[in-house]
Amino acid sequence: MEPDLESPLRAHAGSARQEWKHPSDHWLRGFVLDNRASLGTLAVFIVMMAVFLVANPTVFTTWYLYSSVLTTLPVALFVVVPLVFVVTCGEIDLSFPATMGFASWVFALVVQAGYDPFLGIAAALVTGMLLGFLVGSLVVYGGLSSLIATLGMNFLLRGLIQIINEGKSMSLTSLSGSWAYRIFSSQILGVPVQIFWAIAFVVLSAMLYNRHRFGAQVRVVGDNPDSAQQMGIDVKRVRVKVFVFVGIGAAIAGTFSVMINFTWWPTAGDGYLLPVLASVFVGGTPTWGGIGTVVGGAIGAVTVSFIQTGVVAAGLSGFYVQFFNGLIIILSLLGHKWNQARYR
Amino acid sequence: MAERIIELRDITKSYGQVYALGGVNLSVDRGEVVGLIGDNGAGKSTLIKILSGVVRPTSGDILVRDKQVNGWSAARSRDAGIETVFQDRALAVQQTIVRNIFMGRELTGFMGWLKVNKEIEEASRLMREIGFTSKVFTPHSIVGQLSGGERQGVAIARAIYKQAELIILDEPTTALSLTETAKVFHFVRQVRASGRSILFIGHNIHHVFDIADRFVVLDRGKVALTADRSAVKSAEELINFMEDVAHPGGLPGLREAGEAEQQAR
Repeated sequence: MEPDLESPLRAHAGSARQEWKHPSDHWLRGFVLDNRASLGTLAVFIVMMAVFLVANPTVFTTWYLYSSVLTTLPVALFVVVPLVFVVTCGEIDLSFPATMGFASWVFALVVQAGYDPFLGIAAALVTGMLLGFLVGSLVVYGGLSSLIATLGMNFLLRGLIQIINEGKSMSLTSLSGSWAYRIFSSQILGVPVQIFWAIAFVVLSAMLYNRHRFGAQVRVVGDNPDSAQQMGIDVKRVRVKVFVFVGIGAAIAGTFSVMINFTWWPTAGDGYLLPVLASVFVGGTPTWGGIGTVVGGAIGAVTVSFIQTGVVAAGLSGFYVQFFNGLIIILSLLGHKWNQARYR
Repeated sequence: MAERIIELRDITKSYGQVYALGGVNLSVDRGEVVGLIGDNGAGKSTLIKILSGVVRPTSGDILVRDKQVNGWSAARSRDAGIETVFQDRALAVQQTIVRNIFMGRELTGFMGWLKVNKEIEEASRLMREIGFTSKVFTPHSIVGQLSGGERQGVAIARAIYKQAELIILDEPTTALSLTETAKVFHFVRQVRASGRSILFIGHNIHHVFDIADRFVVLDRGKVALTADRSAVKSAEELINFMEDVAHPGGLPGLREAGEAEQQAR
């Protein structure tokens, strides 16, 4: 006689043919549950802006403030988003500032030589991809710690730029009349056009993350590389790909930053290292890999870029900027920790 | 007679001077649950590795559907429809059930975009097939929220999606409670009913006894016993047999202790 061990499931036997239902039948609850990291980040942002608005209503209702943030924010967004992929994959990339500088340097060289800026953008993208591939291969095939190896690459590439240019900047006045400038860096009805490109990039990347094989494999590799390997995923290839993605994002970011000022500096991209990293984690992507949120990262970038502007505009001295930067980061991390469960 | 999925003939495996397996014969037929029992160090894991093609045997023949296969490898093993489900580290626990089932074999359409609805449909079908349904979770549920037995269900559903004919379950119930074990047994019976085969490996003889159609007892690299379910009266008989094999003379006092324990139960 077989012992009746099936009882817990037999109870459901009648409903086996029924279609699946989400535990929360209401779509809104499901939406909130699925997006709680990015919604939490959004809440932090709204609270912060409300505080700023109360502190200084006149400044925070003028369009100029938002316009200036919207000009520089896109540059950060182009690297924050790929970094969400890298962190999800269980790696980190600290070499993107130098990649920004390097790719935009190539862009500047091409434009200065009298070629069309579109050609310069293409050259910058190729440079970014190659550098991303170089950094990724070094980390993945060289078996190095991504934290240290990418930091090393950041110094190395930046050093190379400095040695060759001897600290000199490049002025690109011919840019202002070009089609590339009109398409990528002008204004539409007073809104900086960069932000539209950045939003398109964020949306496309969010779809790539959630609805594409690339994103699916990045998440699985970050979650359980052994299992991914066993299931036939080329884990190393996926890891290299995320670094290439950062290279592409950094190239776009670098080019955009040059187009804002018509000038290329040998330090281009340097100031973005810490704010961009902070944005990824403020956005709700955890440090341990496997999960993350592209939209959250983007909201994190908006938050971080408003801290600086907001603190100064609220009438506090510049000394408060760092303090508030740190405060927002810590509060966000605490919030996310409470918000997300870690499964093992 | 049922179709023979795989047959191992006189397989040996030696690591240097040490023989992990010394001439093992093992076969699995279609729609059969074979229970492989053996103490630690009996050669169970070596046997699994040979079946999944990770390790090549030192000597012996491997026949897939009665045809001898030369150059046995992981790829050949997959082609033969053999899929191993390891107890842990098999699943990405922060991902949904769907993502785990289609891990590495995502259903994609134009330019690699996922066919999300088709994946859900297919996942639901697979899960129904092994009787893995509940009102509590959906294909969108995170695997980390599932219990141990349910996680085995995800791994089994994935193996079936990979067209597995023979699923090797490595210690599937070792860390599980009674309820969870029952769930795994339920999946195993459903898989058998669908005409697939299972090699159920465990060292809890009671578990193996409850689920297997045939027992293979491995001892120090050799098959000590192959018996049909009908030939064995109870799990205790199997346990006694294994004790005899392990300690041919009988350890003084061991048998008595075992019997006392049984009576107490």
